[in-house]
Amino acid sequence: MSHQLRVNPIACRGHGVCAELLPEVIEMDPWGYPILRSAVIPPGLVPHARRAAAACPVLALMLERAQVRRP
Amino acid sequence: MTVTASPGPQAAGAALPRLLAGVGREVVLGLAEHEREYGTLWLRGPSGSRRPERLIDIVEAAGLTGRGGAGFPTGRKMRSVAGRGEAVVVANGAEGEPASAKDRMLLSYLPHLVLDGITLAADAVGATEAHLCVHRHEHDLIDGLAAAVAERRRAGLDPVPIQITGIPGRYVSSEQSSIVGYLNGGPAKPAFSPPRPHQSGVRGRPTLVNNVETLAHVALIARHGDRWFRSAGLPSAPGTMLVTVDGAVRWPGVYEIELGTGAGAVVALAGGPTEDLQALLIGGYFGAWLPAEVAWEAPLTQSGMRAAGGALGAGIVVALPGSSCGIAETARVMRYLADQGAGQCGPCLMGLPALAGAVADLAFQGGRGSAVDAIAALLPLIERRGACRHPDGATQLVRSAMRAFIADARWHDHCGPCDGVRHAPLLPIPGDGEEDRDWA
Amino acid sequence: MSFALNGPALWYATRATGLVTLLLLTGTMLLGIVTAGRFASENWPRFLTVGLHRNMTLLVLIFLALHVGTTVVDTYTSIPATAAVIPFVSSYKSPWLGLGAVAADLLIAVMVTSLLRNRLGFRAWRGLHWLAYACWPVALIHGLGTGTDRRTLWVFAASLGCVATVAVAATWRLATAARAGTR
Repeated sequence: MSHQLRVNPIACRGHGVCAELLPEVIEMDPWGYPILRSAVIPPGLVPHARRAAAACPVLALMLERAQVRRP
Repeated sequence: MTVTASPGPQAAGAALPRLLAGVGREVVLGLAEHEREYGTLWLRGPSGSRRPERLIDIVEAAGLTGRGGAGFPTGRKMRSVAGRGEAVVVANGAEGEPASAKDRMLLSYLPHLVLDGITLAADAVGATEAHLCVHRHEHDLIDGLAAAVAERRRAGLDPVPIQITGIPGRYVSSEQSSIVGYLNGGPAKPAFSPPRPHQSGVRGRPTLVNNVETLAHVALIARHGDRWFRSAGLPSAPGTMLVTVDGAVRWPGVYEIELGTGAGAVVALAGGPTEDLQALLIGGYFGAWLPAEVAWEAPLTQSGMRAAGGALGAGIVVALPGSSCGIAETARVMRYLADQGAGQCGPCLMGLPALAGAVADLAFQGGRGSAVDAIAALLPLIERRGACRHPDGATQLVRSAMRAFIADARWHDHCGPCDGVRHAPLLPIPGDGEEDRDWA
Repeated sequence: MSFALNGPALWYATRATGLVTLLLLTGTMLLGIVTAGRFASENWPRFLTVGLHRNMTLLVLIFLALHVGTTVVDTYTSIPATAAVIPFVSSYKSPWLGLGAVAADLLIAVMVTSLLRNRLGFRAWRGLHWLAYACWPVALIHGLGTGTDRRTLWVFAASLGCVATVAVAATWRLATAARAGTR
């Protein structure tokens, strides 16, 4: 069962804690907001992703079960 | 731009006009004339026996897709709202796209088509509340619609009363989650989804949001059936649509065409070009520029436009003459779009002004050799990083400009502005005084 | 070593753990303010502020438990266990002692809602988290009111230090928020 990360762009305030805790997947744009290099999280990184989502001061980062989404 | 629906030469074929059959003398079609022209509306079919949900089957079979720009299958949308308790129907007539005039035309001259569609949709999805939303500064439009609703009330036509609701006039306020948010008492700003309106919308109820043109088509499909709807257009893109044609054409206005009509044929409908054209803007400010030779044969359908590297959007075709500068036009639109964001999402709030600045630099200052690259670097930082499609529409427009006007862009980058930037602006940009700057 | 239940050892323990609780609580407040103010430097990453803030509240809870425990167990004063969370149940040094229970209640409310943050949703959680700004001064006043050490210079200085640091941090936070505008 794979997981995916999603950012709520309205809630996100650009604190940047997530990028520090999951640099393999999250990098910061020039304005301080997170770019997800890939939505799907490899199983080895899931604990780190969970920690990053919990650490977000505004709960803007969400770790969910991956779903097949229609584009 | 004057709103004239041309009753004259429509595209070839006996299928047309359909929606615009009742338009002739720029006079509002009252209820009696409307019924004479299009036939009476039967919620339960002429025999009185049709179940409400049957309409959804018919609309699905007809293959009607949304006419607000996203092109989502209407039958599927209605089905996702129906049968889940008391629903709400919202007709989106708040035409936020400055270059589009079709919704205003429908609401001004053929209001009963739209109102029929709302009543039919409300009946089909089990709605107990119905709203027709327009920009609240459009007082004449609101008065006309109120009169039409009153006329129908006297005739006992709408089991669910239709409320005319004025919403703020900002560009992103006419997005469907903005309207739902406003109806819920909040600001008219886009919301993060999920949940989508069909799951939880106005006061948490399943909400059907449809463009007014889509509902007008529903009104005719209910009268004539799915096979009739499919007798126009293409099997993969059935029916007719309204297009707003503007720019360097003889007769700018709103026209009804069959889906699949080539963009060049649409320009011919509008009297043909007034000078040599370099490109067409198709789809509006969240659409795309296409070079004239590519655009001419491209069929106006969702997939046809995508295949040509463009987008169908809300059915807008603007003809750009050779004497204009496409980069300058794009820069002006970008400045407007950057100003019109809701300011909720960092990448859009910061990125659109940066992009507008970069395009303006290229257009009006000359790029010093680096502007094209600067623009290319900004685009992936902005697209798909907002809660709504506003930043995506802007980046799509700029990407298409960089493709369609690549030679000009390179010239600007190294040699400075061309003569075309001094041409009078072609694309309409609402001025600061005209619009409503509030959100709530 | 025998445990003298009514000797001065417990009394010292109560006062000491109380003071440490206050210092840790002050530290937690400062870290919370710094999180909102987004301070970060090359040697101090943001996750450190966030993580320390949360972990320090656990230390606060431990020392608070010791503080309450030593107080209740001490037979020199008959303060029931319920006085820990129900204000003014004990008449001993009322109202200052009661304020301690108030502060403890507020702290528990803030901690429990933070543990359930995901279920509460951000807006509800944030509204309740503001109770921390009520908890800290109440704890401080409880300490100064009940504390027999307030005339001791270094204890008084420590309390003053807590007030000063939080005041400075809060002012800095207000200033950065004002500069950044309403975003």
